[in-house]
Amino acid sequence: MSRFLDRIAAASIGGLGILLLGGCELGPKQATQTGYRGTGLEQIVDVKHIAKVSLIPPAPYPLPPDGGPTAGESYQNIKVLNGVSKERFDHLMAEISQWVAPPEQGCNYCHNPENLASDEKYTKVVARRMIQMTQNINSRWSSHVKETGVTCYTCHRGNAVPVNKWALAQGTPNPGSILGNRHGQNAPEANVGYASLPSDPFAAYLNENQQIRVAGNSPFPSRDHVASIKDAETTYGMMMHVSTALGVNCTFCHNSQSFRAWNLSRAQRATAYYGIRMVRDTNENYIGSLQTVFPAYRKGPHGDPYKVNCTTCHQGISKPLSGVSMIAQAPALKGVSKPTAPAEGGPAAATNVPAAFNDPQAMTGTK
Amino acid sequence: MARYQNIFTQVQVRGPLEAGPRMHNSTFTRSGAGGYHYWLGKLGAAQIGPVYLGPLGMASLTFAFLAFEIIGLNMFASVGWNPIQFFRQLPWLALEPPGPQWGFQLLVPLAEGGWWQMAGFCMTTSLLLWWLRTFRRARALGMGTHVAWAFGAGILLIITLGFIRPMLMGSWAEAVPFGIFPHLDWTAAFSIRYGNLFYNPFHCLSIAFLYGSTMLFAMHGATILATGRYGSEREIEQITDRGTAFERGALFWRWTMGFNATAESIHRWAWWFAVLTPLTGAIGIILTGTVVDNWYLWAVMHHYAPSYPGTGVVDPASLPGAPQ
Repeated sequence: MSRFLDRIAAASIGGLGILLLGGCELGPKQATQTGYRGTGLEQIVDVKHIAKVSLIPPAPYPLPPDGGPTAGESYQNIKVLNGVSKERFDHLMAEISQWVAPPEQGCNYCHNPENLASDEKYTKVVARRMIQMTQNINSRWSSHVKETGVTCYTCHRGNAVPVNKWALAQGTPNPGSILGNRHGQNAPEANVGYASLPSDPFAAYLNENQQIRVAGNSPFPSRDHVASIKDAETTYGMMMHVSTALGVNCTFCHNSQSFRAWNLSRAQRATAYYGIRMVRDTNENYIGSLQTVFPAYRKGPHGDPYKVNCTTCHQGISKPLSGVSMIAQAPALKGVSKPTAPAEGGPAAATNVPAAFNDPQAMTGTK
Repeated sequence: MARYQNIFTQVQVRGPLEAGPRMHNSTFTRSGAGGYHYWLGKLGAAQIGPVYLGPLGMASLTFAFLAFEIIGLNMFASVGWNPIQFFRQLPWLALEPPGPQWGFQLLVPLAEGGWWQMAGFCMTTSLLLWWLRTFRRARALGMGTHVAWAFGAGILLIITLGFIRPMLMGSWAEAVPFGIFPHLDWTAAFSIRYGNLFYNPFHCLSIAFLYGSTMLFAMHGATILATGRYGSEREIEQITDRGTAFERGALFWRWTMGFNATAESIHRWAWWFAVLTPLTGAIGIILTGTVVDNWYLWAVMHHYAPSYPGTGVVDPASLPGAPQ
């Protein structure tokens, strides 16, 4: 009898151990050092679970040379791509139908086949705004997309509506009650890497300009810097979204010595800084402006259109589409260059950075 | 009366149960005569009971039960009373403290942190009553009160995290949520908010005492077990009357590291290391946000953070014309 109980006990302890090991990620890992030795700056990649890049479709036909009559001269009701040559305009239309439109509908997904110039389908109005949005991203936000640029395909990947999107969360039905109330957190939520952190960081950080930074600029408390630990938790949730969307660790951008200090961070952090502002601009000024255009079935539970976040383009890879640039095949999407973000470390850079973070050691000279 | 004191044998002896000395100045007597339990005997003494619960014990358990129920029922309600989801999502579920909008207000609406305040009050009361109980039981047995003060050090850390620091910061939102993952995520967020807690010197001390405690415990436990065959279970008697076991243990450490604790001092070492772990931790917690806001910068200021070559990256928000 005792022997039998011994076996039961041994089996339960073994079973519990295996259950606990279930939280581990098995398989080979690849570690790459990305910064100064001893700072823990490295990327650890689970090589078997790197996000797969979808196959980039070949161009519908070779890009025609520029020149000849423009689209504005050749077609009716052209509002954005007036100056583009007709040949290249047609090429872009063929690409869009390949990148975005459902194959069974093709051109008719946006156009009335009887009158291609008509704006009667909402999809055509959306597509026009999306072209402006793409041009804005490629020109104004070159600080984020660099020379690689984006095309419709970066987000759409052959779908009429990009797979990764968000709308204002359903929220708690009755916030005054504890029934079904998670206070926006404490649920296994993929958005924040299955942590118990606030699981909808998007509305505050990617649609509004809520302050992401929570750590102070000074060693000592100040009335000018009040940030609750709850603010730190929402920031942490946002960062888990970025980390999950890019398939990277915290140290892809940050040095764990100080998440806040820029002079210890990698250049990728500045790229991400511009990316977050790019997403805000996109959601607020391009997608938000289509509020009345989208039909109800293309909107979230609160009636706002579906918006973009980091995953919309990145889809688990630090460089969307593994860094393959498709912009050469769609030059009309480049837009007019108007970078608002200066180059990193420009001439005025050193003077405006809070002294403590640009050169922390300098602080010690005064003490 | 039969006594059996050697802790080194796996043999469980059955005989007349030990009742303990006569009680005096007590409201209650010890309940029951006790009994033997084979499996618990694998871990410690096989005799279970008699137990002295008393008014403090009963009050403490009542408050502990209230805290447990408030936390559990809040979590259960948060999944809409669904028992399957309660079980599945239990590690994620929480009872959150009031948000920053409530400041340090005494009475917060129940659904917005009031339940957390009640659970915290009940848990704290339960701990304090149990502390008083360990103190009074030790006195009743004519013992020193070392156990009570060691327990008190742990309670101090809990109260610092959940009450003293939130009071000094003027915000309940600074307190720890009840919940398995939530309190861990809170810990990480706390460190992120205050610029890396690893540069808090009292956090360093706390870690040193924590790791020191485990090392001392391992060294002492190993020494006593290793000299068990020479009678080391009588270790305290060997403070005054050094026997073979003590001599060999001491010689072992003098050979190994040139120095040995005494049978008396090793227990003071262990007690102080254990007690200083939460005590220094509590000091570090109290200073965070009240005196120091960014521990990394504080450490840089005091030549205490190691300096690594900069990456040359600058804050884009500080560049002219950059989007904010």
